Amino acid sequence: MTKNTLLEVEGLKQYFPIKGGFLGRTVNHVKAVDDISFHINEGETVSVVGESGCGKSTTGRAILRLDEPTEGKVTFQGTDVLALSKSEMRKMRSDMQIIFQDPYASLNPRKTVKMTLIEAMTIQNIGEPKEREQRALEIMETVGLQKHQIDRFPHEFSGGQRQRIGIARALAVNPKLIIADEAVSALDVSIQAQVLNLLQRLQREMGLTYLFIAHDLGVVRHISDRIIVMYLGKIVEMGDTKSIFDNPQHPYTKALLSAIPVPDPKNKSERIFLRGDVPSPIDPPSGCRFHTRCPFATDKCRTEIPVLEHKDETYAGQHDVACHYAIDIQEGRHKPTHEMKNVRKVLDEEGQDIAETKEELNQR
Amino acid sequence: MAVASKERVRDTKPVNPRIKSFKEFFKRLRKNKSALIGFYVLAFLLLVSIFGAIDANYNLLGVNSNATSLTEKLEGPSAAHWFGTDHLGRDIFFRILHGMYITLGVGFAATFMGAIVGVPLGIIAGYYGGWLDTIIMRVMDVLLAFPGILLALAIVSVLGGSTINVTIAIAIGSLPQFARIVRGSTLTTKKLEYVDAIRALGARDGKIIFQHILPNIMSPIIVNTTLFIASAILSAAGLSFLGLGVQPPTPEWGAMLNDGRNYMYQAGHITFFPGMMIVIVVLAFNLFGDGLRDAIDPKQKN
Repeated sequence: MTKNTLLEVEGLKQYFPIKGGFLGRTVNHVKAVDDISFHINEGETVSVVGESGCGKSTTGRAILRLDEPTEGKVTFQGTDVLALSKSEMRKMRSDMQIIFQDPYASLNPRKTVKMTLIEAMTIQNIGEPKEREQRALEIMETVGLQKHQIDRFPHEFSGGQRQRIGIARALAVNPKLIIADEAVSALDVSIQAQVLNLLQRLQREMGLTYLFIAHDLGVVRHISDRIIVMYLGKIVEMGDTKSIFDNPQHPYTKALLSAIPVPDPKNKSERIFLRGDVPSPIDPPSGCRFHTRCPFATDKCRTEIPVLEHKDETYAGQHDVACHYAIDIQEGRHKPTHEMKNVRKVLDEEGQDIAETKEELNQR
Repeated sequence: MAVASKERVRDTKPVNPRIKSFKEFFKRLRKNKSALIGFYVLAFLLLVSIFGAIDANYNLLGVNSNATSLTEKLEGPSAAHWFGTDHLGRDIFFRILHGMYITLGVGFAATFMGAIVGVPLGIIAGYYGGWLDTIIMRVMDVLLAFPGILLALAIVSVLGGSTINVTIAIAIGSLPQFARIVRGSTLTTKKLEYVDAIRALGARDGKIIFQHILPNIMSPIIVNTTLFIASAILSAAGLSFLGLGVQPPTPEWGAMLNDGRNYMYQAGHITFFPGMMIVIVVLAFNLFGDGLRDAIDPKQKN
């Protein structure tokens, strides 16, 4: 595999203004993505994971300039994407495509598959006008759709088939990088597997590079080379898939991984419950953003922002973590400042108090 | 085998959703009795108004509706003059027939002009946002701050009273309504993922607006247009009644109301029949427009 860097993101920030007051002045900002840097190599699959609202989709949209980023630098094959003019950017877009989450909203209900695909090719001026229909048929075959379905409208397809149309539309312009924004999370599990296999096959055949945005860790483990874990607009951990799954160093990653169900009833692995909700990205916590929910948090965490860096000297590959105590926790030198199991209120993802619910159930 | 595959192809023949939804739309429209009545009344009136429009010399079925006859003035309804005659002995029935195309024409033209300008303004405001949005919508708010008839009055007093000026005045009054509705729909539509997808493909703004946003916001525009014609007709009649609109002796219904004002107690029919016609036309447009809205989008019912 070539190790050429395809995409490089440096110090990317995406602040959304909150308008308020009589004159519609900017009162505050939602810091959706706050100073993140990473790179993607050619032919690689990099996944971005995190809770909803952590800024993973925003990152994808900012790279494509669907929302203009506030600050930062995005370099694609040596070209500064954010410095391009509108028309230069339009040409550039054929190299970077996106597949959306909702297969029901991502296709224009008034256009047939043929119209959608030919429109994509026309915009990017790909192929001779006469050949475009033939090419559309070929692409349909590539993504596993029947040729006779080419004149159908989106509402005549199932969710999985629609997602294939979405993929076909992205492929129609010969992209190098595809950003898959939760591309399979809206699909049934069996269809998910089919679409994932399709994406992997396309990667092998066409040498595509994926930035895979997801929240399903099982899916991510299956397909990615490297993983980026985001929390509240920041990268907390980034590294090779195997290393992240086998040896998670950030407490947040540990909590995420402990939430993956294990298909073995005898395996009673410790589930780490996080306290409370994700804080507001309008006014994120000082220091380490995770300190409000971290069982290991100390005063240092509340004041000092941890740097994302390689901490584990025994590992040769890439594994960066943004935690002051990553190694100390690993080697047992730093104990939790409060015991998670003894916390009286155990909260699940929706903020519901599980302990109370159980008592209520017993009373009935 | 060959037959079987042929049949399969026929089975899978696509139904254009536009045709399909059009059929469903008519089905829903037919179920709505009042909308259907409105539709038939409008169709009939439009047909009639064509006759009035063809003949500029006010001759219909051998009757000159502009011919005055002092011997027959202020006569009540009779077999010779179905709706009676006015203070100059003109036949009211034929004057109403002739006035029909003016009334409907002003209504249609004003609404059309308002839509032609208001829809692009709304799309630009909604699509581009930012300072463009602020400027356009604040200007619309200013227009909206005047009562419609007052605004039209002011414009007509500046431009002078004539059919075209009345049309322009009413069209200007309709701008905010169109701009607001279109802006709202554009804001909703542009957030849909397929608009993002086409943007990610590198489409120009014009293409996105005309091929992906406009077709998907047509239904509120159509409904609003139908409903606005009714109020445009009312405004036109109101202006003519005040003597600022269409000038006599043109048989505009509002002007006819004004003619009959002085004779209300002796000959109420002079004001009654044109007034009744205005009510019928406005009612028909409103019934049809309401039915159209329910048929196009059963979800939005207010």
